Amino acid sequence: MNEQSLALLKQGDTATIIALHGGCGFQHRVRSVGLKEGKLLRMVAKHHFAGPLVVEVERRHITIGRGMAQKIIVARAL
Amino acid sequence: MKTILLIGDPNVGKSVLFSRLMGVDVIASNYPGTTVDYLKGRMNLHGEPVEILDAPGTYSLEATNKAEEVAVSLLDQADVIVNVVDATSLERCLLLTVELLEKRKPVIVALNMWDEAQHLGIHIDVRELENILQVPVVPTVAITAEGIKELVRRLDEARISERPRLEGEDQVWTEVGHIVRKVQSVAHRHHSVWDRLSDATVQSGTGWLTALGVLFALFWLVRLVGEGIIRYGVEPVFDLYRLPVAALSGWLGPGFLHDVLVGTLINGKVDYVQSMGILTTGLFVPFGMVLPYIIAFYLALALLEDSGYLPRLATVTDNVFHKLGLHGHGIIPVLLGLGCNVPGVLAARTLETRKQRFIAATLVSVTVPCMAQSAMIFGVLGHYGARYILLVYGTLSAVFILLGLVLNKTAHGECPELFLDIPPYRRPSLLAVTKKTWMRVRWFVAEAVPFLFLGVVVVNILNALGIIEHLARHVAPFMQCWFGLPGAAVPALLAGFLRKDLAVGMLVPLALSPAQLTIAVTVLTLYFPCVAAFAILLKELGVKDMLKAALAMILTALLVGGILRLVLM
Repeated sequence: MNEQSLALLKQGDTATIIALHGGCGFQHRVRSVGLKEGKLLRMVAKHHFAGPLVVEVERRHITIGRGMAQKIIVARAL
Repeated sequence: MKTILLIGDPNVGKSVLFSRLMGVDVIASNYPGTTVDYLKGRMNLHGEPVEILDAPGTYSLEATNKAEEVAVSLLDQADVIVNVVDATSLERCLLLTVELLEKRKPVIVALNMWDEAQHLGIHIDVRELENILQVPVVPTVAITAEGIKELVRRLDEARISERPRLEGEDQVWTEVGHIVRKVQSVAHRHHSVWDRLSDATVQSGTGWLTALGVLFALFWLVRLVGEGIIRYGVEPVFDLYRLPVAALSGWLGPGFLHDVLVGTLINGKVDYVQSMGILTTGLFVPFGMVLPYIIAFYLALALLEDSGYLPRLATVTDNVFHKLGLHGHGIIPVLLGLGCNVPGVLAARTLETRKQRFIAATLVSVTVPCMAQSAMIFGVLGHYGARYILLVYGTLSAVFILLGLVLNKTAHGECPELFLDIPPYRRPSLLAVTKKTWMRVRWFVAEAVPFLFLGVVVVNILNALGIIEHLARHVAPFMQCWFGLPGAAVPALLAGFLRKDLAVGMLVPLALSPAQLTIAVTVLTLYFPCVAAFAILLKELGVKDMLKAALAMILTALLVGGILRLVLM
């Protein structure tokens, strides 16, 4: 398995969410916009200078900060 | 009277659905004790009046912010719940649906964006969904009003679901997964050209190009519509108005009352910009110069919001705003502030931390020119070509960034990361855009115009009593040596405390050089906002932070004015 944090994916990569780290509040917030364990996602954009990431999950785009992305563990599709 | 509550995730077309149900009789209410607004209206349901509330969007009943808390607490007032669900994002929306069913209140589900779901190859078995949820489910397309009649017809069928209760969050998620697997099937679909274009608008390089293009188009539209309203709406009315004003002027004769009401005659005639009377300049500036652009601006902003571009703009600009202690959401107070600083400062409330709210409110009130200020900038410098106008806006932008950098370093507190759900691009509904524009313009006329009018009254009385002249004599030497402005310009700068836009009429007759006018206009825009914005700043930030903001304003105005003088003269 290629487990890594979401923040390390490259633009265009696809991956499956394996686990969410962080507190209950954080987990609830990201799950409620569709970032749940088992979901397939695609890295749409990575902004420079530690800027935000944009991922697509279930046909929807979500902007997420790098710090939050580090708490989302994914397995990259090969 | 029965109360019906519309509740759903953000960006599911809830507001469009609301405006479909409502007539024009809609009011925005502030939820007591909070800073969150929700919409309220009345409609006739089978001959009986009912009240409809439009709750702020929420993903879940476990609220994570103020707006969501309001949505949840509105539930208590509801007799019937209309849960608006986005058919293209069923899984995500069902979390709220399942939570709502647990509340044991009558629920009906509007499966909105039905056409879009079909277009995307998403098939949802509505019958099966009704069976599982045990409440009516009606497919709707709010934007074309499809299914709305059916929804209204079946409102009475809303009922309390008798499903077994779920224990804990895990069970809720599992249940949502079950339901989706049973009722939804998605045809596989390739990434289309349109999808790629949509991606490009949030990616680094292309995203910035798009942002610049969109903002340029926005201001082009504001100008086009604003000028159109002036040419075909405002000018003819004020031309007709000349007759009664001239008659009044003749009847009053020279004196104190004439000075206050009609003002000074320019070449024996009333000049709407320069006369300064309450009934001439006092009416013309707010209604003839500022309001047309306010209408145009709110229209453009509503289009920007309803097309789904705003969160993308926030994403692309996040990098820059982060350096200023804000995040991409900071673009919203700035954009609103370009219309009127008051809603701009109010919008700072939506930011998460106190530090962010302080920085946003200060930046908006110091560096963002409102429509009245823009009217002044164009009114004073318009004759000298685009060069000077660009110089003013360029200076303001530079100050925005520099002041933001400084405030970020000096203010205490945190700035959290951006976390945004980006809805797909959608064609804005004409109805929703018109209503949104109308409500904001109505707010401006009711809340801000009285201040504009009061400003003229106070300036006129101070002027007629010679107080401004007296003050001007004392400050003049300083203004002369620091800003390089003649003593005659000082009254305009002083009156600017109350009304920036009045300064046009006071500066124009002075025959200043373009460089002097540029300095005067920039300083006027930077230092104290109008009385209304000042009051809001005090209310939002409290005395201590407001004084800090005021200090930042004075220092910035002095520094920038001094530097411009060195550079330009």
